[in-house]
Amino acid sequence: MPSADGRPWPPGPVPGRDDFAAALFAPDLPVPAGVVGPGGRPAGKRFAVYRNNVVVSLAESLKATYPAVAALLGDEYFSALARLFMSAHPPKSPILSRYGGDLSDFVAGFAPLAAYPYLADVARFEWAWLESYHAADAVPLDPAELAVVAPEVLGDVRFRAHPAARLLASGFPVFDLVVANRFEPEVSVPIDLLESQTVLFSRPDIDVMFRVLPAGTAALAKALLAGQALGEAAELAFVADPDFDFPQGLSVLLSAGVFCGLDRGTA
Amino acid sequence: MTLTTDLRIAAALPARAGVGLKGEHVPDILGSRPDVGFFEVHAENYMEAGGAPHRHLEAIRRDYPLSLHGVGLSIGGAGPLDRDHLARLRKVADRYEPGLFSEHLAWSTHDITYYNDLLPVPYTEATLALVSAHIDEVQEVMGRQMLLENPSTYVAFAESTLSETDFLREIVRRTGCGLLLDVNNVHVSATNHGWSAETYLAEFPLEQVREIHLGGHAPDIDDDGLPLLIDAHDRAVDQEVWRLFALVANRLGPLPTLIEWDNDVPAWPVLLDEARSADRILTAAASREPRRALG
Repeated sequence: MPSADGRPWPPGPVPGRDDFAAALFAPDLPVPAGVVGPGGRPAGKRFAVYRNNVVVSLAESLKATYPAVAALLGDEYFSALARLFMSAHPPKSPILSRYGGDLSDFVAGFAPLAAYPYLADVARFEWAWLESYHAADAVPLDPAELAVVAPEVLGDVRFRAHPAARLLASGFPVFDLVVANRFEPEVSVPIDLLESQTVLFSRPDIDVMFRVLPAGTAALAKALLAGQALGEAAELAFVADPDFDFPQGLSVLLSAGVFCGLDRGTA
Repeated sequence: MTLTTDLRIAAALPARAGVGLKGEHVPDILGSRPDVGFFEVHAENYMEAGGAPHRHLEAIRRDYPLSLHGVGLSIGGAGPLDRDHLARLRKVADRYEPGLFSEHLAWSTHDITYYNDLLPVPYTEATLALVSAHIDEVQEVMGRQMLLENPSTYVAFAESTLSETDFLREIVRRTGCGLLLDVNNVHVSATNHGWSAETYLAEFPLEQVREIHLGGHAPDIDDDGLPLLIDAHDRAVDQEVWRLFALVANRLGPLPTLIEWDNDVPAWPVLLDEARSADRILTAAASREPRRALG
């Protein structure tokens, strides 16, 4: 088997490695041939240590990424779900903070959880939080930079999205659900499962900030983060909310630090 | 960046106890600047672009030397090394200038799946060729010596033809790598396979050891009721491991020695106490005339 880049490989075969690897995620497969305990004795429980290490450590990694999903499901259910998920979607990278981004889609398609349709968005929230947490550092745009743009070309301004900015539009009260199940709120608020919430994530320094945006500001954020000009974005915001307070909405985004630069357009 | 680098303490690790860095201890460490020899980090925890982990490690690196410990290279993997991962590892090393860099005699990736565990290799001529080729490549890309850590294992392979110590000695001869001696792993593997830990240490190429690891293990039994120790890093260092460590320290003199406690992580003062215990043994060893042969 030559390697993808043409390096000669392998220097020697590793017999049995396929069987060893396959058995790690498959408790019904036998202990691989030639894997033994002291004096050549069978190694059933010994091999199970490796199976256990793999499964438990990956489940814990997923639980660390998705504490609110785990709290909503309970530890036992979450661990069982994690096992099914890791068999279907094993990690492809040794960087564990990148593992499990597709858990939300897995949950959305998992029939036994169909009665809890908000769970997938809770997972999306926690993944967005993690992406924001680990994103590249950047200094947020100083609002004073916008103040010196001539009014007649303000509508042409485009912003550069800060690497840590994320926007999550949910048909569920995803902010309330995550706060109640992850962040130990001092005051618990009643959760209305019919509410929709769009959440903005930003990280002006090293702490991830998140807030619910009203419809107009959400539309403005979506358009600006997608690179649309300020004039176009404002129009979309007024479509979403005819009473939209534009200066207030833009101020929210600027003070959250969701941009890290601006282009003044072609005018 | 140059300014930051210039303000850093030198890279070389002192022959003292260090501690594996856990995120929950960062406030204690930055708040109290404890007197520990060095910190060690898992390289894979610093491969994201930015954010708090890097900010904290930058701050810690200014005041402490650092040891970089890889857990994901899969040196014993059957296929080629992941070159992207190796490049990321180099980037972490360039950024943080560790005094030592180590990896494991184990595999964790097969085909494209990463298993997140340090899985065992058979000790054969074929594995020697494989592991040596991988270490050559790692040292070439990293531009520095790698330390290879002896594994903790729960099973053996019927096909193995070499002892673990002969295997390690030959790897060192072929690649010029150094060794990281994990004394807990010696005790765990010796117990699990019915070896004598002291005989293992007498046969170990101790002259190539550049760093020592100490950690806790969990006791269990196998199907036949034989003791089975799990390398869990979830508790204090065992008395027997302290005893073996003192043997090694008295033999080699003081070396950088890491306390690993990765699960059920205790409050910072508990971990600091473990480091103090290791320092006492290292200090006692420093006052002796090092002997160059065990037993």
